[in-house]
Amino acid sequence: MDVKSMKYYVYWLYCQFELITCSYLMEPWEKLLFYTFNITVLVMLLYTAYIFVHVHVSTAFHFFLHLFGNQHENAVSIVK
Amino acid sequence: INHVVHNGGLYKRPFNEAFEETPMLVAVLTYVGYGVLTLFGYLRDFMRQWKIEKCQNATEREEQKDFVPLYQDFENFYNRNLYMRIRDSWNRPICSVPGAKVDMMERVSHDYNWTFTYTGRVLKGIINMGSYNYLGFAQKEGTCQEAAAKVLSQYGAGVCSTRQEIGNLDKHEELEKLVARFLGVESAMAYGMGFATNSMNIPALVGKGCLILSDELNHASLVLGARLSGATIRIFKHNNMQSLEKLLKDAIVHGQPRTRRPWKKILILVEGIYSMEGSIVRLPEVIALKKKYKSYLYLDEAHSIGALGPSGRGVVEYFGLNPEDVDVMMGTFTKSFGAAGGYIGGKKELIDYLRTYSHSAVYATSMSPPVVEQIITSMKCIMGEDGTTVGKARVQQLAENTRYFRRRLKEMGFIIYGNEDSPVVPLMLYMPAKIGAFGREMLKRNIGVVVVGFPATPIIESRARFCLSAAHTKEMLDTALKEINEVGDLLQLKYSRHRLVPLLDRPFDETTYEETED
Repeated sequence: MDVKSMKYYVYWLYCQFELITCSYLMEPWEKLLFYTFNITVLVMLLYTAYIFVHVHVSTAFHFFLHLFGNQHENAVSIVK
Repeated sequence: INHVVHNGGLYKRPFNEAFEETPMLVAVLTYVGYGVLTLFGYLRDFMRQWKIEKCQNATEREEQKDFVPLYQDFENFYNRNLYMRIRDSWNRPICSVPGAKVDMMERVSHDYNWTFTYTGRVLKGIINMGSYNYLGFAQKEGTCQEAAAKVLSQYGAGVCSTRQEIGNLDKHEELEKLVARFLGVESAMAYGMGFATNSMNIPALVGKGCLILSDELNHASLVLGARLSGATIRIFKHNNMQSLEKLLKDAIVHGQPRTRRPWKKILILVEGIYSMEGSIVRLPEVIALKKKYKSYLYLDEAHSIGALGPSGRGVVEYFGLNPEDVDVMMGTFTKSFGAAGGYIGGKKELIDYLRTYSHSAVYATSMSPPVVEQIITSMKCIMGEDGTTVGKARVQQLAENTRYFRRRLKEMGFIIYGNEDSPVVPLMLYMPAKIGAFGREMLKRNIGVVVVGFPATPIIESRARFCLSAAHTKEMLDTALKEINEVGDLLQLKYSRHRLVPLLDRPFDETTYEETED
């Protein structure tokens, strides 16, 4: 039952998207064009995010790990 | 912002008018929608220009392609690309009397609203929330219809002349005396068309060297009449008395623009109820200003006559003012009286002058006799002179319907513009796709509504306008409200951020100021 209401909710969200971007009023070929454009842009954005964000995040992670790692060593040496 | 104004004793009752601000997100999304449609409009225009797509709208002929372009302005662009997509919500053909329920001919379009074909089916019993049928006199049976039929068999339908020549029937004289008595003025004159009453009589009253102060949101007929007269026109902000007073002060102090001579006449043009906003004019303040600065007032009661006031005499009675304070009272018979035509009422000298000098009186054909009889019978019914209390009951029913409908819509969370007591209820839609969707969804649920967009309203403020009627029973209103609620949830139209406390049906007295909780 929850799946059904979930599916109805997703359909309702799609209806809102259609109304806001006025694709409700477009002819089918215009809708195809519009959705193709949108999905292409979205896929490209996600791909860019995946490539660049992954590199940046892993670089930053290693940087901070190195920093805290050094600190830990320094702190340990002082205490000793 | 809710205005509950008690302005130095000028108002005898609370004046509740609210125009909730457009939520920022909704405005942004509306512009997004219009942006997408504009881009697609350019694409379609490109395809039409390069013959990739068949051009179905009006264009110049091949020989005229090098002339100054006729269809390149924004209005025509809007017409071709946006209006055509949602055109099926307008010009719907009805095939019965436009009472509380109406029959409509079903039509479909196979080429996206460029052409329509009738399926042959008639949709019966659609609840009519769009007709200006405030007191329910649009009927095909009853005393009005019988009287009109009798007069039709006596006088025929056509008059074949103007008022000044040989078209002045005794019915017209009777009507004018009755209208003067109804309004409480000395004399009145009736014309065949409401629009023509405004546009043809304002040029007769003012001319060059006069000043017209007209409200921002005045009707096209008033604007046309003002422009035709040749007077100087200055606009004040809608229903804003500070703006009007500033303009009056400037006019008196500085006089005419170049010669600094005093203005020959200053005429203030206002309407009783503004039909796109549902707001009522602040008449006590306007009259106080008019008296202070010695100017004239032209009040267009097209929507408010018969719809406001305890006995239906219009906005002057609603505020409890003296009808002699308004110099020119104009109104129409189209809305509350179920007929067609307009009238002007005022002092005897003014009306006698208009009988000779108005374009409408001299050149326009006079009113048709059955229509005159319909007005006479319905006016007598409202005044109670036909011996029944039907008129009074209708006026009260309209007031109850108005209050109930507005309160329920506000409770549901829609943004409703206008005054609490006006029977015109605009419900904000904002987004262009929702204009078309609202009209279609309501028709699917058997309710006929009027949706309005650009150019009748500002481009982002499109709305659905409900006109309540005394003929609507509570069951019809409840059905309509249920469907509006459903459609509102489906299309997500409940933008209001003020949640109204549900009224316990107590009378709205002087001590209740704030009814909202944020």
